Order: sequence, then C-alpha cells, then structure tokens
Amino acid sequence: MADDSSNNAYWSANVRIILISLVIWALVSFGFGILLRPMLSGIAVGGTDLGFWFAQQGSILVFLALIFFYAWRMNKLDAEHGVSEE
Amino acid sequence: MDQFTINLLFVGASFALYIGIAIWARAGSTSEFYAAGRGVHPVTNGMATAADWMSAASFISMAGLIAFTGYDNSSFLMGWTGGYVLLALLLAPYLRKFGKFTVSEFIGDRFYSPTARLVAVVCLIVASTTYVIGQMTGVGVAFGRFLEVSNTTGLLIGACVVFAYAVFGGMKGVTYTQVAQYVVLIMAYTIPAIFISLQLTGNPIPALGLFGDHVASGEPLLAKLDAIVTELGFNEYTTHHADTLNMVLFTLSLMIGTAGLPHVIMRFFTVPRVADARWSAGWALVFIALLYLTAPAVGAMARLNISDMMWPNGGIEGGAVTTQQIEEEKRYDWMATWQKTGLLDWEDKNGDGKIQYYNDKNADMQAMAAEKGWTGNELTKFNRDILVLANPEIANLPSWVIGLVAAGGLAAALSTAAGLLLAISSAVSHDLIKGSLNPNISEKGELLSARIAMAVAIAVATYLGLNPPGFAAQTVALAFGLAAASIFPALMMGIFSTKINNTGAVAGMLAGLGVTLVYIFLHKGWFFVPGTNSFTDADPLLGTIKSTSFGAIGAMINFAVAYIVTGMTKPTPQHIKDLVESVRVPKGAGEAQDH
Repeated sequence: MADDSSNNAYWSANVRIILISLVIWALVSFGFGILLRPMLSGIAVGGTDLGFWFAQQGSILVFLALIFFYAWRMNKLDAEHGVSEE
Repeated sequence: MDQFTINLLFVGASFALYIGIAIWARAGSTSEFYAAGRGVHPVTNGMATAADWMSAASFISMAGLIAFTGYDNSSFLMGWTGGYVLLALLLAPYLRKFGKFTVSEFIGDRFYSPTARLVAVVCLIVASTTYVIGQMTGVGVAFGRFLEVSNTTGLLIGACVVFAYAVFGGMKGVTYTQVAQYVVLIMAYTIPAIFISLQLTGNPIPALGLFGDHVASGEPLLAKLDAIVTELGFNEYTTHHADTLNMVLFTLSLMIGTAGLPHVIMRFFTVPRVADARWSAGWALVFIALLYLTAPAVGAMARLNISDMMWPNGGIEGGAVTTQQIEEEKRYDWMATWQKTGLLDWEDKNGDGKIQYYNDKNADMQAMAAEKGWTGNELTKFNRDILVLANPEIANLPSWVIGLVAAGGLAAALSTAAGLLLAISSAVSHDLIKGSLNPNISEKGELLSARIAMAVAIAVATYLGLNPPGFAAQTVALAFGLAAASIFPALMMGIFSTKINNTGAVAGMLAGLGVTLVYIFLHKGWFFVPGTNSFTDADPLLGTIKSTSFGAIGAMINFAVAYIVTGMTKPTPQHIKDLVESVRVPKGAGEAQDH
C-alpha cells in the first residue's frame, strides 16, 4: 500500500479512541453498575442508590453517547487522514 | 366488543400491514433477498435492526425476569445494550468495508480457508437455532394468550405463521416490514408503561417514574416495593444478592454475544457507506434504548401491582385476596384468562377461601404460616414470560391497550424469528451449498435450498420449544453465549490482528464453541432434551458459573487457542495481511461484491 505510514498513524489513532471508549464502557457497566456499587451506596437516587441507577438506566445512556461520539470522532479522523470514502 | 375480538382486530390489522409491505417490496434476485440492494438509510436501518434485535426475549420475557428478581437481573439490561458498543467500535465499520454478504464469507476470506468458512457456518447455525427456540417459547405464550388456547397449541399455530411469514419476503421485504414492526412493538411496550407510571407515580415517563415517589403512599416507589416484597418473605428488590462473578460473566457473555450474532451483524452490510455503518449502530441503540430504559420500570411496577393485588387490604395485616374476589371482581379477570394458557395457576391449599401469596421457602415466613394456618404459597404458578403481556390487564387498562400489546408481542417474536431464519437459510444456501458443496447451483436452486433450510430450522425449534430449556430470555441468553464463544473472537481477531492464521482461527472457533456447547448441555440436557443433564444451574460444575454465563469463558478459550495454535503453524501470507490493512480504512469501500 502506497500510504502505509499514514495508515499506521490512522490505525493507531483509531485503536487509541477505541481503548478509551472501552474503558468508559466497562467503568459504567461492570464498574458503577456491579463491582463498585458498594462504593456508590452513599449517593441516594429515588429510593435506592446510584449503582442501581447505573445498572438499570445510566449505563445504557452512556453506551449511546459512546457510539455517537465514536462515529463522529472517526468520521473526522477519516477526513484528517484522507481515508474517507469520497 | 369483547377483549378477544379487540385483540383479533389489532393483531389482524398489524399483520395486514406487514404482509402488505412484504408484497410491495417482494424480493427478486438473490442479491436483494440477502442485503436489500444496500440502499438503506442509517436511521431506517437502525429501526429495522432494533425490530430484528428486540425479540420475544426483550419484549415478552425480560421485564418479567427483572420483576421477580430485581437488581440481580440488571445483567439483561446492560448486556443487551452494551454489546452495541462492541459492535459499533470493533466490527460494524470493518465488515461493511469488507463488503460481502455474510459473516462466514468474511471469516472464510480473512482466514483464507474454506474450512474456516464451514466452521463459521456451523457456529452460526448452532447459535441461531438455539435463539429461535427461545423465540418459539415466546411465540407460544403470545399466541396462547391471544387465541385463548393452551401454550402448546399457541406454539404450533405460531410456528406456521412464522414460517409463512419468513418464506414470503427476503431481507428487503423484511427491512421495511421491520420498520413497521418496530413502530407497533415500541408503542405496544411504552403506552401501557406510561399509563401504569402515571397511575403509580404521576410521572408520564416510566424511566423517571421508577425513581419517583409512589403516589398512594408518598414513599419512593422502589422503597415501597422493597418494603412489600420483604414483608412477603422475598429478597429485597434493589439489593445485590446474586454471585458477583457470575453476574459479571453473564453480563459480559450477553455483550459479546450481541456483537457475534449473525442476524444483527448482517444488518450492517446493508448500509451504503462505512460511515453509515458507524451511525447505524448508534441509531439501532437509540431505538432499542427506548424499550430498555422502560423495561426496568415495567418490571418493578408490575411486581408492585401484583403484590398489591394479592394483598389488596394493605399487606399481610389486612388479609389476602379471597377466591370470591378473584372469581367476581372485574380487575381479577386476567387471572382466569391466563389460567387457560396453563402458565398461571392458584390453589386454595388450606381451604380458607383466600389465596396467600408469599415466599414459602423463607424460614421466618414458614413460622408465620404455621401460626396463621397457611399451608404454602397459593399462587402456585406464575410463569415469568406472561408478565409483560398480562401487565395491562393487571393494571386494569382500557381494552385497546391490551389489544395493542398482543399485536406488539407478536411483532417482536415474528420479526426476530424471521431475521434469524433468514440468517440460517443464507448460511445454508449461500455459504454451505453455494460456497462449498455445489458452487454451480442456479439462483433458483439457491433460493429453494434457502427455503428448505428455513423449514427444517423452524421444525427443530418448534419441537424443542415445546420443552424449552428455560424462560424465553434465558434460552436466548444461551444462544448469546454460543455466539460469544465462537463468532465474535474470530471476527475481532480477523480485523485487529494480522497474525492470526487459518489453523489458529479454526482451532479457536472449534474450541470455543465445543467447550461452551458441552458446558451448556451438561447443565441443560444434551441437545436440550430434558432430564439428560448432569448438573443444574443452581449447583453448577465450575464454582458459581451458570451455563448462561459460560459464553464469556468460551470466548477467552477461543482467543487463547487461536493465539497458541497460530504460534505453532505457518504465518499468514502477505496478501491476507494486505486484505486486513485494506479492511481497516474506509477508503474505496464501494458496492459490495457477490463472488
């Protein structure tokens, strides 16, 4: 491939964005929703605590934000590296 | 007009709509049959993916499982939405760039091996068939209630409808039909939830009502619910009781499985560009989240309503509901209706004319029961899968809402069953027959074999659906475990590693699928035949890890075996490394190629 170096920079930028997103993904679900719930038990939310809210509502909202952030960020990255489709 | 006629009207009207659309967009060539000519907008595609995805498990079964377990079943909520993050970040854009029609084509080409493609086909068929079994369970419940027949009769009628429906159109028919189905199912799910949320909390948004105050008592809704269920001897609703390791693995299995299921991945082949594949996953989750944010509210509120209904005079002090009330009062009519399906039952064991509903396994409750002369829980059967469909009747909502829910439940079960049958039939006809056994098959022969494959799959699923290995959502969870252990790791390694070679991938998939399948069969019976299991999920083979949670471990085995075997065999050739490099950049995606 002619523009190998640009592709490598593009790919490692992509992998870095993915890794950051997945850390947040795991933190809100496995973290706040399950493992770290005892830590958040002091924060009351409508008759229960913040961990319960993350497990049944919050994590889903964060997942949505993550996917739209990634789509927006990657489409920008495609343009920056001149690898978008058109 | 009686309820039965109203249900019939709603279900009939919604079916007429789907069939009308299917005729209007009837599939012609094979290319259209599989991938709708790739002209689908991301929002449309997202909505169709949501309909495809939200099956009987999400619509009919999930809220019931949450209602009767509480916080511990949050895994379903996080698992079935969190998988979309994996799908959007790790798979969808690259598979669209690769530009073929099926998941196994990608695996076959990337791992330059017809064997890899064949193994992928087998994995897809195993996971999808298990999934269809779960759907058929839900179809049985929905048809049983709506036609007022037994669960078994409902299942057999449902199977015929699903088959006729899936054979009728290909994906193009299915794409637009599924948009219509999404609209029907989301209205059917949210409208009753809004009514109930208004009744109980005064808040029209169920997701907010769940954390709001209970109007009748002025306490927070969840605190009120915790108080009622503990009074009856059940576990507190909002507390974590389940084994933490198992809960984490179960959530992870559902997430990875979501990103490994063929009928969902196939959807991302049908958008015009790579950028659209990224947006599509987001739109799909928007439409899915509308249901998933509502489901925990539906579960909690239904649990509260049921407890109130069984103890209508303010808890145990006021006394239980009388059998006379159940027979005569209109708000208890739903109990008699559901009794007909065989999925709900009660019995006045101590003959006191009242039906005591409580946890008779709880020692304190047993002591109280002995004192009060109770002889065990008298609400003897409450199948979790009926909760959502019975919910509007329990809350005494207008009859048109009940009709709408019947139509929605059927839409959910039908759309997913159709999507899965399509994935199975394309795996058999396109990958198995055209791809390896008989490459010269005519287009007509390919379509015919696709339809035969559908018929066989549905026959097997119906047979096993008569004695399902669990409630709809639990059976579906097993399918996710299988997809997680076999397909997802192969796809991910195919994109994110240039090193993993043909032998490594094949060994990985076989090890992941094999170990997971054996673990499931050991707990659920060989080939899901009841009674042939050596362990139960209450006392599993490995520590606390239930068969529904094993997919995550299967996936790890898959990764490890692929890595080790790759190290011992010939490295990947250069042209495959170039292929991987090209899949990683969106430039030059163009139209998808048939072979």
